[in-house]
Amino acid sequence: MRLKNLSTAGWSLLALVIALAWAFPVYWMLNSAFLPNVVLQSTTPTFLPFAGSLKNFAAVFADGKFLTALGISLTVTLSTVAIALFVAFLGALAISRFRFRGRKSFILAMLLIQMLPAEGMFIAQYKMMSSVGLLNNVLGLTVLYAAAVIPFTIWMLRGFVAGVPAELEEAGMVDGLSRTQAFLRITFPLLAPGLVASGVYAFLQAWNEFTVALVVMTEDQMKTLPLWLRGFVQASATRETDWGMVMAASTMVAVPVIVFFMIVQSRMSSGLVGGAVKG
Amino acid sequence: MSAPTPTPAPTAHRSLAVEPQPALSAPPPRRRRSKLPWLLIIPSLAILIAALGYPVGWQIYTSFHEYGLLQQFGQSPEFVGVQNYAALLGDPNFWVILGRSLLFCVLAATLTVFIGFLFAVLMKRVGTVFRLVLQVSMLLAWAMPVVASMTVWVWLVDWRRGLVNWLLERVGVEAAGHNWLADPGSFFVIALVIVVWMSVPFVALSIYAGLTQIPDEVLEAAAMDGASGIQRIRFIILPVIAPVISIVLLLQLIWDLRVFTQIKLLQDAGGVANETHLLGTYIYQMGVGSGDFGTASAVSILMLLITVLISWYYVRSLMKEENA
Repeated sequence: MRLKNLSTAGWSLLALVIALAWAFPVYWMLNSAFLPNVVLQSTTPTFLPFAGSLKNFAAVFADGKFLTALGISLTVTLSTVAIALFVAFLGALAISRFRFRGRKSFILAMLLIQMLPAEGMFIAQYKMMSSVGLLNNVLGLTVLYAAAVIPFTIWMLRGFVAGVPAELEEAGMVDGLSRTQAFLRITFPLLAPGLVASGVYAFLQAWNEFTVALVVMTEDQMKTLPLWLRGFVQASATRETDWGMVMAASTMVAVPVIVFFMIVQSRMSSGLVGGAVKG
Repeated sequence: MSAPTPTPAPTAHRSLAVEPQPALSAPPPRRRRSKLPWLLIIPSLAILIAALGYPVGWQIYTSFHEYGLLQQFGQSPEFVGVQNYAALLGDPNFWVILGRSLLFCVLAATLTVFIGFLFAVLMKRVGTVFRLVLQVSMLLAWAMPVVASMTVWVWLVDWRRGLVNWLLERVGVEAAGHNWLADPGSFFVIALVIVVWMSVPFVALSIYAGLTQIPDEVLEAAAMDGASGIQRIRFIILPVIAPVISIVLLLQLIWDLRVFTQIKLLQDAGGVANETHLLGTYIYQMGVGSGDFGTASAVSILMLLITVLISWYYVRSLMKEENA
């Protein structure tokens, strides 16, 4: 038994080392964000932000464009989540609770759509948006994002819907509930974790998306956070890069989503897998 | 062998509730002639068609046409048949980029799944505290927005003050002032490290979720019967999580073949673009950069075909399970 304890300790140590290594880039971002540029310019790296301050953050805020970008990002992301979740939920319900003509083609289409190379469509999406007057428009970007996340969201949600046995609903109906009532009172509450998980997926995709936004949000005051960050890095690179400020800017883009993610994460990966293995 | 019983029992409880119908037997999902399922999928279809219908159609159309800058300014595109495709297939540069992309995709995906699998096994092996620490660290890396993590990585490998060069110096490697992104070889090593770093968390956590389905007692019993660690992985763990592994591997292959943002941002940060293109950035360069949309569309269509080819077997077996 002592041997077993020893090997457990060894594995635990390994887990700890890996955990530190994997989180290191995130730590390095935070560390650099607090350090003044003079310190970062030195040839020896500083590993702890004891000399740190919030000056970099203040400088990024002073730019003013951050808040505009935050507003755009929040609007687009939240509308994407709301639309995609609602629409995909209906779709998932259809394919997991009903057998109908075209069901198979619909599932196949959801799979194929995820394989479309997005890079080839930028031009066409740009042309389309400009011809309907939706360039630099929150609604336009939201529709593109919703379409990008709907197939996978349906895929995830169907696993959860299939996980709630139809018999439960039927039992409710035998007890005198209408079909809608049975659904709302029995199935829906059981689906909440699934909805949360898919909502997080949609949120992350929309919040982090870079390329589509790059193509259709061309005006300065319509930039989303990732575009703002990239612009910030580029503007800073024309001079000597101020890594402290750039890392503070990255932190401000990353922290909200990390916090949000941590709150709701536990269901995420089980949901992803659930969609794959359940009917 | 005794004679089979004339009437099978299992459907009994159903026949109590409903008048037994001869054709409808076992499968629980309701086969209804109603329009309800269609009403349910119409919203998804509408959004997908609105956002993707025209772009996909345009892409297919353009790939068969001469479509350059002149057409951008209003000249009508000329039909050239498969000329765009033929030109591509005859262009050695395209084959180089295709080969490079496939190599990158296969390397990144297998490395990701392999490391993710090992991490998942490790999570299963250690106690709650260490597992949580590992999980939180994975989640941190996973939740980082791509643009933010790319910025950090560029800072880490910065040729003048980056931490990577400093560390290499400490352990005695001549690395001062070495610009990793300037040489295509090390450019792709860095890109590979970053892509694997970003993708492992999803794979590790998914496989771990699959592993939790194996009861600890089974593993302990196998250990008592003398099965070694490798044997337990080979004969108990792998068979159970094979479906999970195959789907994450497929997803990684698809995602890594179309990797774009990471490569583009590394190129922006000082890579030599022409020697570091993968299919994604190549399409972008062809289209947005050179204005040759005919060729760009043809590359996209080829890329779609390759993806379908890669996933063909999987998609087919998946569709077989969908007994509609």
